[in-house]
Amino acid sequence: MSNAPQQQDTAVRMSGIEMRFGPVRANRGASLEVARGEIHALVGENGAGKSTLMRVLSGMYVPNAGTVEVSGRDVTGWSTARAIESGVGMVHQHFMLVPTLTVAENVILGRELTKGGQLDRARAVAEVRTLSERTGLLVDPARMVRDLSVGEAQRVEILKALYRGAKILILDEPTAVLSPPEIEELWQVLRGMRDAGDTIVLITHKLDEVMAISDTVTVMRQGETVGRVATRGTSPADLARLMVGRDVTLAADMAHHASTTAGAHQQEQGAAALEVRDLVVQGARGVTAVNHVSFSVRPGEILGIAGVEGNGQTELIEAIAGLRAPRGGSIHLGSADVTSMAVRPRGDAGLSHIPEDRHERGLILDFSIADNLVLGQQHRFRKGALLDHARIAENATTQVATYDIRPTDSSLPARALSGGNQQKIVIAREMSRDFTVLLAAQPTRGVDVGAIEFIHAQLRQAREAGKAVLLVSADLAEVLALSDRVAVMYEGKIVALLPRAEATIERLGAFMTGAEHAA
Amino acid sequence: MMTREKFEEAVLPPVVALLVAMLVGDALILLFGQSPGAVYRMLLEGTWGNAYGLGQVLYKATTLTFTGLAVAIGLRAGLFNIGAESQLAAGGFMAAVVGLAIPAGVPALLLLPVYFLAAALAGGAVGALPGWLKARFGAHEVITTIMLNFVVLALLNYLISSRFKVPDTLHTRELASGRLPRLDAFLPAFHGSAANVVLLLALAAAVLVGWFLFRTRAGFELRATGLQPAAAEYGGVKVGRVWWHAMAISGALAGIGGLNYVLGYKGYYEEGFATGAGFLGIAVALVGRSHPVGIVLAALLFATLSQGGLAVNALVPKQMVDVLQAVVIIAVATSVPEVRRLLRGFRRSNDA
Repeated sequence: MSNAPQQQDTAVRMSGIEMRFGPVRANRGASLEVARGEIHALVGENGAGKSTLMRVLSGMYVPNAGTVEVSGRDVTGWSTARAIESGVGMVHQHFMLVPTLTVAENVILGRELTKGGQLDRARAVAEVRTLSERTGLLVDPARMVRDLSVGEAQRVEILKALYRGAKILILDEPTAVLSPPEIEELWQVLRGMRDAGDTIVLITHKLDEVMAISDTVTVMRQGETVGRVATRGTSPADLARLMVGRDVTLAADMAHHASTTAGAHQQEQGAAALEVRDLVVQGARGVTAVNHVSFSVRPGEILGIAGVEGNGQTELIEAIAGLRAPRGGSIHLGSADVTSMAVRPRGDAGLSHIPEDRHERGLILDFSIADNLVLGQQHRFRKGALLDHARIAENATTQVATYDIRPTDSSLPARALSGGNQQKIVIAREMSRDFTVLLAAQPTRGVDVGAIEFIHAQLRQAREAGKAVLLVSADLAEVLALSDRVAVMYEGKIVALLPRAEATIERLGAFMTGAEHAA
Repeated sequence: MMTREKFEEAVLPPVVALLVAMLVGDALILLFGQSPGAVYRMLLEGTWGNAYGLGQVLYKATTLTFTGLAVAIGLRAGLFNIGAESQLAAGGFMAAVVGLAIPAGVPALLLLPVYFLAAALAGGAVGALPGWLKARFGAHEVITTIMLNFVVLALLNYLISSRFKVPDTLHTRELASGRLPRLDAFLPAFHGSAANVVLLLALAAAVLVGWFLFRTRAGFELRATGLQPAAAEYGGVKVGRVWWHAMAISGALAGIGGLNYVLGYKGYYEEGFATGAGFLGIAVALVGRSHPVGIVLAALLFATLSQGGLAVNALVPKQMVDVLQAVVIIAVATSVPEVRRLLRGFRRSNDA
């Protein structure tokens, strides 16, 4: 086959991609064109079909319709094995590494080098080291994967793809788990790869990243491709409009706005609504996840906790919520010591909790919307031993209307709803109960831009109503947009606690990586 | 629309499984040189075709309803109770032991609560132990219930042979009072069959279990725990407590099933009186999709097959019916996701 020059320049061309999962159409005639040697950002809200489209490209899914061309060759419906052979590699959001093997062993897994029937470990280590040094993805090949930080584990994933000869590298939301300096390092590596002639497709929904790293942007909305523009010729506001289909207020703008108005919310010293003193909590595998942490949140204040995920935030929230017994220290709600209370009495004492994982904790996916709207308050919606279904239905009607939960049929299982609407169920439930302290853990994770606006407004409303809000978010822009004070957690400790006016991305970034320690 | 879909998804897998089992049955029957039509006709005539056969089916279905409900309560709480076999035996045994101490002449209606409680407590205790071990130490209930089957059955056999048996038998004395009437007391046509009024207890238990699971707050918390323990815990449910409570209820239901034999049929406890009924309860719960209505129907199905095996023995070995039962179970276990996918496929092509 004679390759026309323009085909040589096109690394990937996908058109009319249709991908259905049962009644769900994840891709509706989506298209994508990526030039060789560029960094191409694929953006869109959660559920826009970005990951699905990339899984079609990497051979994980066979599309119901449409064509996939790689380097001018029709490869529609190929297998992952063929995709890897042809140099298409994908780094997934959730790492697929074996924790008890070394870096080198993970990298060569599936392509093991042997010498006389045995693994040639020495050569594996040497090859991985060479690759690591050449690309700048620095990580010691001899270390166990379970001992690596998240950033290092991600480098191993990328190495794995490159080791298999990837020339077209797909990265699915690679920065979700990285601190700002780690993100900067990743950009360095990606630029190096691009300059060496490799092609990179970056899935993301963070527009500042798009502007920082990409050459070209493709925007998806509801399974369709709605735009393809040169990064130089666009702006975050334009991209956001394409993503959502209307004008939106970006969290980054809000952050700016908040910094100028934060003074208005500075509270006079009053009694704390939530007081955590010298708290010690063990995480999984017995490590100390929360290490002598103390802070307090006053009524009418949002305290934001920033930090790279996995630095003890989850365990801290779980300990306050009563889901994990602390090893030491105390937790007070107002004047009540709740340190050893169970979950339900804590709720009755005025604690409300938006958990970080709605699929695991926040919702029972097979229960109806109505039942989910009373989860945690089933002891209030009852007649004797029976559930009061009439009141549960009445409550559902009210909440569905107030919080604009769609679809409105509250007998549907929560599973049937989009991420944003699922989160609205959680928000509706936790905001409508009687509370003084709200724990909001990753409240906007995996929800669309429209729902983010709504949730942020709800959190602000809670503050205006005099509630104490403890916000934990991996999204720095979100923390900055909402908080009156910002704390940074690093390796189980609060390493900084700053008033909003003094919290800049640069300073927080330094604390998040442990580069700077508060006195 | 939604409810129709739900109904289809719940009912189609067992129906398809039954069809698959019948096809396998056809093949087996042909291998034995018989005509499938004749064998199936004989199977139906020997079960639903006459009052005696029907009575035997109802008797077997009674025990299976109890063990099926027992396993279903566990499944709804996210637990796999493999111990219904020994819980059933313990319930029957305790009822008999208590009954032996009661003199003749006490009215059965007065005694029923006593027997009921004895069976429920004994079965419930055998069930609660693995539930508690799981809640307290994280011991997996599949392992502990299997192991407890051996321990409990061996213990009961020891007690029977060392203390309670009538010489030269494996059973206790007959109870002096409290025996429940068989169906032939009301409908003479059932004469000779083991069916008895415990049947009504089984139906009442099915209604009660449905009410408990879907109407009460405790049932709400139990189902929440079974679907997503982390979310239940977040919702203020003490998951460990739900586990051992569910296992206690499960064991109690199986234990009450022991009354079917002890009070309704023979009037004494006999070693191995319902061997296999506990394990078959797992199949009943799975085929019945852990729903009370489904369980009653599945219990009737399995009771029909096991009684039918005896009826067709003249034409084909009765083990053939055991094979059919096994095929139903395997087909249900594998067909659930398959049939769902099929359904979605149909809908997709209808929408297009």
